[in-house]
Amino acid sequence: MELLLAITIGILYASGIYMMLRRSLVKMIIGLILLGNGVNLLIFLLGRLTKGSTPIIPDGLDTFAEAYADPVPQALILTAIVISFGLQAFAIVLIKRVYKVVGTDDLDELSYNEDDETI
Amino acid sequence: MTQLILLPILFQACLAVLLLFFYTKTKTQKVLSIAGSSVNLVIASLLFYTVWVNGSMSVQAGNWSAPFGITFVADTLAVTMVLLTAIVGFAVSVFSAFTIARDRLRFGYFSILHFLLMGLAGSFLTGDIFNLYVWFEIILISSFVLLTIGSEKKQLEGAVKYFALNMLASIMFLTALGILYGLTGTLNMADLSGKVAALENRGLVNVCALFFFIGFGIKAALFPLYAWLPDSYHAPPTAVTAIFSGLLTKVAVYALIRVFSVVFVVDEFFSQLFIILAVITIFSGGIGALVQTNIRKFFSYLIICHIGYMIIGLGLFNEIALAGMVFYLIHDVVIKTNLFLISGVIVKIKGTSDMRKLGDIYNDYPKLALLFALSLFSLIGIPPLSGFWPKVSLILGGMEADNYLTVGFILFGSFITLVVVAKLWAQVFWKSSANLEEHEDFSYFNKLRKRRKVAILFPVVFLTLVTLYIGFGAESVNTLATRIAGELINVQPYIDTVMGK
Amino acid sequence: MNSIILRTATNYILPLLLMFSVFILLRGHYLPGGGFVGGLIAAVAFVLHMFAHGLEKTRELLVIHPGYLLPFGLSLALLSGFAPVFFTGEPFMTGVWMENPIPVIGKVGSALFFDLGVYLVVFGVSLTIIFTISEDA
Repeated sequence: MELLLAITIGILYASGIYMMLRRSLVKMIIGLILLGNGVNLLIFLLGRLTKGSTPIIPDGLDTFAEAYADPVPQALILTAIVISFGLQAFAIVLIKRVYKVVGTDDLDELSYNEDDETI
Repeated sequence: MTQLILLPILFQACLAVLLLFFYTKTKTQKVLSIAGSSVNLVIASLLFYTVWVNGSMSVQAGNWSAPFGITFVADTLAVTMVLLTAIVGFAVSVFSAFTIARDRLRFGYFSILHFLLMGLAGSFLTGDIFNLYVWFEIILISSFVLLTIGSEKKQLEGAVKYFALNMLASIMFLTALGILYGLTGTLNMADLSGKVAALENRGLVNVCALFFFIGFGIKAALFPLYAWLPDSYHAPPTAVTAIFSGLLTKVAVYALIRVFSVVFVVDEFFSQLFIILAVITIFSGGIGALVQTNIRKFFSYLIICHIGYMIIGLGLFNEIALAGMVFYLIHDVVIKTNLFLISGVIVKIKGTSDMRKLGDIYNDYPKLALLFALSLFSLIGIPPLSGFWPKVSLILGGMEADNYLTVGFILFGSFITLVVVAKLWAQVFWKSSANLEEHEDFSYFNKLRKRRKVAILFPVVFLTLVTLYIGFGAESVNTLATRIAGELINVQPYIDTVMGK
Repeated sequence: MNSIILRTATNYILPLLLMFSVFILLRGHYLPGGGFVGGLIAAVAFVLHMFAHGLEKTRELLVIHPGYLLPFGLSLALLSGFAPVFFTGEPFMTGVWMENPIPVIGKVGSALFFDLGVYLVVFGVSLTIIFTISEDA
C-alpha cells in the first residue's frame, strides 16, 4: 500500500510540475490542483497508514488500551483541502477574468503597459 | 494576563467581521478602520510592554496543553513584529481612507485589509508550524483580493504571476510540513526543536529544511525566486503595495528566522547557502533597480536588494550579526512602507509614476522634498539615520566570522543603493519635468482641499517620525535587537515558555 | 438545461438535501461530518436547483443574496470562541458545555455554534462563487 501511494504521489508531483511549466493558464491551474492533491496524499502517507481505534484513553488507564490511529494527519489534510478549495475557486475566477480582459490564455502574451498609471 | 497574546489577532478578526456588516457604507468603513487601527496600536504597544517587562509568555488556544494543542507564543521578536504591523497597519489604513477610489472600497477593501493584518499578527504569534501555514494562507488569500480589487488589466496580469509562484511556495511549505510530521510526529515548534536534533536521518532533515527554505525563499523574494515581485507590486493601488512591501516579504523572512533558529540549525552548508544567495540577491536587486524607469518598480527592486541584508545576518548567525539583522528588519518594515506611500504621493502630485516624465518636485514642493529626502537618506544608511546602525552591526558580524567577502558585498549593496537613490533624486526631484497631459478623472494633489492634503501626508510624516526615532534612538532599538538575538541563539527559554516549565 | 425529469426531481431532492445537510452538521461532533461538509451539501442543493430552473429562479428562491450570510456566520463562529473567555475565564476556543442536556437535542456546547457559523460561511461562500462564475458563462 505504501509503495502504491508513494508511486501515486510521485506521478502527481511530476504531472503537476509538468503542467505548471506549460504556457496555458488553465493548465497551470490544473498543475496546481494536482500538486495540491499530491501534498495531501504525502501527509496522509507520512502520517503512517495504520488501522486502529480512536485515540481516546479509556477511564482508569494511563496509556492506550489498543493500537490507535493518529488523528492529526486527517485534520491537517482537511485544513489543506479547505484552503486549496478556496484558492482554486479564486484561481478559476481570476483566469476567467484575465481571459475576458486580456483576451488570451497564453502566459507569454501577458505583458503590461507601463504608461497608464493610477493611484 | 496571557490572554493578551491573542488580542491583536482577535481584535483584527472582530474588526474585519464588523466591517463586513457595513459592506456598502464606505464612509463608515473608513471611520471604523482608522479607529480600529488606532486601538490596535494601543493593544500592540501594551503587549510589547508586557513582554518587554515580564519576558516571553505563551497561551494554549482551546486549553489543550502543548504540544497537543495550538500554542501562541509572545517572545520579544514576535511582539516587536506585531508592534511594527500595528504601526504600518495604522499608516496604511489612514492612507487608503484618503486615496483609494470609492469603487474599490465598495468591494470590501477595508475588511480584507484587516483580515490581512490579522493573518500577519497570527503568523508572528503562533508557535505551531502548521498553524503558521494556515496564517500564511490567510495572508495569501487576502493579498490576492487586495491585488486584484478593481480588476484593471495590469493588476490581473501581475496577479497571475503572484498567484502562481506563491501557490507553489505554499505547496513547498506544505510538503516540508508533511515530511517533518512524518519524521517527528509533532508540529509544535518548541517540541520539534529537540526532536529534530535527535533524529538520526540527517539527510532527510536537510531535504526538509531545504523545502522550507525554498517555500519561504519564494515568498521573501530571494534570488533566484524573486521574479514575481517587481511584476506584481507596481500594479495595485499604492496603499496596497505599501503594506505588501512593508510586511509580506518580511513575514517570510520572519518565518525563516523562526524555523532556522528553533527547529533547524544553521550549519556550515546552510550558512554558506544563505550568504551566497543573499549576496546575489543584493547584487541582482541593486542592478535591477538601476535600469528601472517606473518609480514603483524601482522601489520593488530595492525591496529585493535589501532582503539580502537580513538573510546575510541569518547566514552569519553570530550574536552581533543577528542583532544587525533584527535591527534591519525593524528599519526595513517602516522604511519600505513609507517609500511606497511617498511614491503614492508623487503619483498624486504628477499623475504618473514614470521617472522619465517626472521632475520638478523639489522646485514645486521644497518642504515635501525635504520630508521625502529624510526617508531616502535613511534607506541608504547615512549616519545617524536608521539604515546606518544595522549595517554597522552586520559588518561587525561579518568581520567576527572572518567573512570579508560578505562585508564587501554589504558595502557594495549600500553603495548601489546610494547610486540608485541619487538617480531617483536627480530624475524625480531636480530635473525639470516634461509637459504632462492632464488626466480627466484624476484628483491631483494641488487641487485637493487642505484637510485632505494633510490627511494624505499624515501617514508619511508618522512613518518618517518612526524612522527618525529608529535612527536617533538607535541605542534603545539596539538593546531590543540584541535581546532578540540572544533569544534566537539560546532557544531554551522559548521552549520552556511553550512547554510551561 | 431543460429536462422535465431533472426539474421534477429537484423539487423533491432540494428539501431532502437541506435536511441531510443539517443532519451532517449535527452528526459532526463525534462522527464524520460537520459544518464544512454540511454547508457544501446545502450549497449543492441550490446548485442543483440552479441547473434545473436557471439562475434567476434560484435567486428568487433564496430571497437574500447568499453573500449576506458571511458576516453572520463569521461572527457566530467568532463569538462561540469568545464564550469560554467570558463565562469560565479559560483561553479562547476552549469547549464550554451546558450542565444539563436539553431534551431531544442533547448537550449543547460552544463547538456546535462554531460549526453552525462554519456552515453559514461555507454555504454563503460556495453559492457566491458559483453564482459569480455562472452569471455570464
